[in-house]
Amino acid sequence: MSNSTEQQEFTITVYTENQIGILNRIAIIFSRRKINIESLNVSPSEIEHIHRFNILITETEEVVRKLARQIEKQVEVLKVYYNTNEDIIWQELALYKVPTETIVEKVVVERLLRENGARAVVIRKDYTVFETTGHRQETDNLIKVLQPYGLIEFVRSARVAIIKDSEGFNSKLREFERMEPGQEVIENEFLDQPKNVFTM
Amino acid sequence: MDTQEEALAVAEPKQTTRVSGSVALLEGLIAEGTETIFGYPGGAIMPIYDAIYDYKEKLNHILVRHEQGATHAAQGFARTSGKVGVVFATSGPGATNLVTGLADAQIDSTPLVCITGQVFAHLLGTDAFQETDVINITTPVTKWNYQVTDANEIPAALAKAFYIARSGRPGPVLIDITKNAQIQLFDYEGYEPCNHIRSYRPKPIVRKTYIEQAAALINEAKKPFILFGQGVLLGNAEQEFKAFVEKSGIPAAWTILGAGAIPTDHPLNVGMLGMHGNYGPNVQTNSCDVLIAIGMRFDDRVTGRLDKYATQAKVIHLDIDPAEIDKNVKADVPVWGDCKETLPLLTNLINEKTHDSWLAEFKAFEKIEEEELIRHELEPASGEITMGEVINQLNILTKGEAVIVSDVGQHQMVACRYGKLNTTRLSVTSGGLGTMGFGLPAAIGAKIGAPHRQVIAVIGDGGFQMTLQELGTIMQFGVNVKILILNNQFLGMVRQWQQLFNDKRYSFVDITSPDFVKLAESYYISGQKVTARETLVQALETMLNHDGSYLLEVMVSKEHNVFPMVPQGCSVSEIRLK
Repeated sequence: MSNSTEQQEFTITVYTENQIGILNRIAIIFSRRKINIESLNVSPSEIEHIHRFNILITETEEVVRKLARQIEKQVEVLKVYYNTNEDIIWQELALYKVPTETIVEKVVVERLLRENGARAVVIRKDYTVFETTGHRQETDNLIKVLQPYGLIEFVRSARVAIIKDSEGFNSKLREFERMEPGQEVIENEFLDQPKNVFTM
Repeated sequence: MDTQEEALAVAEPKQTTRVSGSVALLEGLIAEGTETIFGYPGGAIMPIYDAIYDYKEKLNHILVRHEQGATHAAQGFARTSGKVGVVFATSGPGATNLVTGLADAQIDSTPLVCITGQVFAHLLGTDAFQETDVINITTPVTKWNYQVTDANEIPAALAKAFYIARSGRPGPVLIDITKNAQIQLFDYEGYEPCNHIRSYRPKPIVRKTYIEQAAALINEAKKPFILFGQGVLLGNAEQEFKAFVEKSGIPAAWTILGAGAIPTDHPLNVGMLGMHGNYGPNVQTNSCDVLIAIGMRFDDRVTGRLDKYATQAKVIHLDIDPAEIDKNVKADVPVWGDCKETLPLLTNLINEKTHDSWLAEFKAFEKIEEEELIRHELEPASGEITMGEVINQLNILTKGEAVIVSDVGQHQMVACRYGKLNTTRLSVTSGGLGTMGFGLPAAIGAKIGAPHRQVIAVIGDGGFQMTLQELGTIMQFGVNVKILILNNQFLGMVRQWQQLFNDKRYSFVDITSPDFVKLAESYYISGQKVTARETLVQALETMLNHDGSYLLEVMVSKEHNVFPMVPQGCSVSEIRLK
């Protein structure tokens, strides 16, 4: 990992209980230090009742490490990881609404869409919705491309990220283990036994 | 698994009783060992207050005069008793009045369970009468909070609240209960205490490697230095700590909240750390070779300028809260865990030692401080009464056995610097938040938490006027606290800074006071005012011997400064004696 005092993009992955208010509890850990959350995705994880957050910020590693610990100490947070862009595979999903007319009439648009890996999701007489996934530059690029052809509406999702070291989830834990005492034991032991533990 | 299934198959349906949410709450509090509640009723918490009417035998409810007072009283109770403080307040303004106390308890790791009433669930979000979004207002100042909208949730929510408040690094917890849930009848299965939450690890698992590394550093150290904080008290690890200090022979200095973890007179207790701490501990921080921080969090008032703080030393940091490791000062060896467990492990591995010449250096600094400063503070031959001499005379009379509750400001620094503590849990003060007005209500709770001890609230003329309404609580419940007002007719600490750093531009620090003795009298509390040195001791004796609460106002030197001082932005070794 590069210099810990240099600002760069970090993707923070947080596993939490599915509890009202936890989003606020996590958000204020950033806002109290006046750190902007650039993108935020919260959705159910592969484990029932456990949600996964992906939080994107630009900060130094030193600060991110402190943030991660302050997040992890929240009662309803199970585990926090932070990663640089090199450590993860990430995607953002974008939707573009374009007048169907222009696509039908202008061959160039069809070519551009194909070049940019866009897929049609809905085709109606009046408009067509395309979808693309990629990094920020790629989804941005398609906006620029479609703008002259009457882009009606655009929306982009937050970043979702897989930690490359996916088989290394355990090795990651061991790495943390050196820094933090054996959280993995307690965590993984109970993750799939909700009936044995307190849930609200 | 089989046995579990069998157990389930033969299990009788649980005995239930039909009770209201309010009754379930009170039953839960009793099951948790609660005896005293500090509270104030109001519309949205009326069903709970109606229920408590029938629980007067089992639950002692102290009606405070302001909800902030309830939180501070609960803090005082928690600090002297080691138990969880319990607070009741109504919705809206009742709940918002808790915020200062919650913030204070959060930063000083004090276990509280606060119950607030809330408007009916169907009115949430409608700007109903006395509705505030208490959960979101209190999120930053609570360890955990939860809104209950159904009576069925109450037993489990309360159990979780107590467990979270008192386990790990303690802290305040708030449960907001909508009025319908308080009224609602449900099938109550009895109270089950909580002892596990899967997403919550109160105590990090102790790592042997770190204990070994720490022991190796300590054994090789020539000039080791221990800094201890409230973590020792919170972990009930005073004995373990004493054993560690005595075997290692290492000089130990305390943070304001760590005071009393070992007695003031212990030969290895070298004094207080920080901005107004003792001379030696501050200077020696920058000359030790191994710094052993135990249950403390390197607050900026302790460290002074961080980039010049103990840069020469290897740092061993023992803390239960992983988020404190490396937060302010980078640890070379992070010993994560409850110090009740880690200290004995460490004590086992260290060599029995003395550090005579190193300790002598501390004594030399102590002598300088004593001669240049302390002597004049504690035993001034002439001139106006000093705060230090009042505390000194108090020490002589109480022999270090009394609880000293202090407010915030100059008198607090003096009370903490000079207050004699023979044992643990005798000092109650607002450390991290610096809440003026903390003292009087905290003393009420401190007395209830330590009923057999003399409790003295040392308060300034400014702080006293922030929460003096609690004299009403003292009056009504006959709480035997001794109120010692050190009146310098100024907001002294701010005045001191204005004198030292703002060219004596005394901006709004000149505070006038009512006749405190007459004020106390109107609450049927006896008192007197002392202006001359000759009458001080007699007056203190009268106060201490008085049967019941008493207010003693002592007029002290108006423009006296607290020294030593580490000026802001300076390194701890740049501490000034004048």
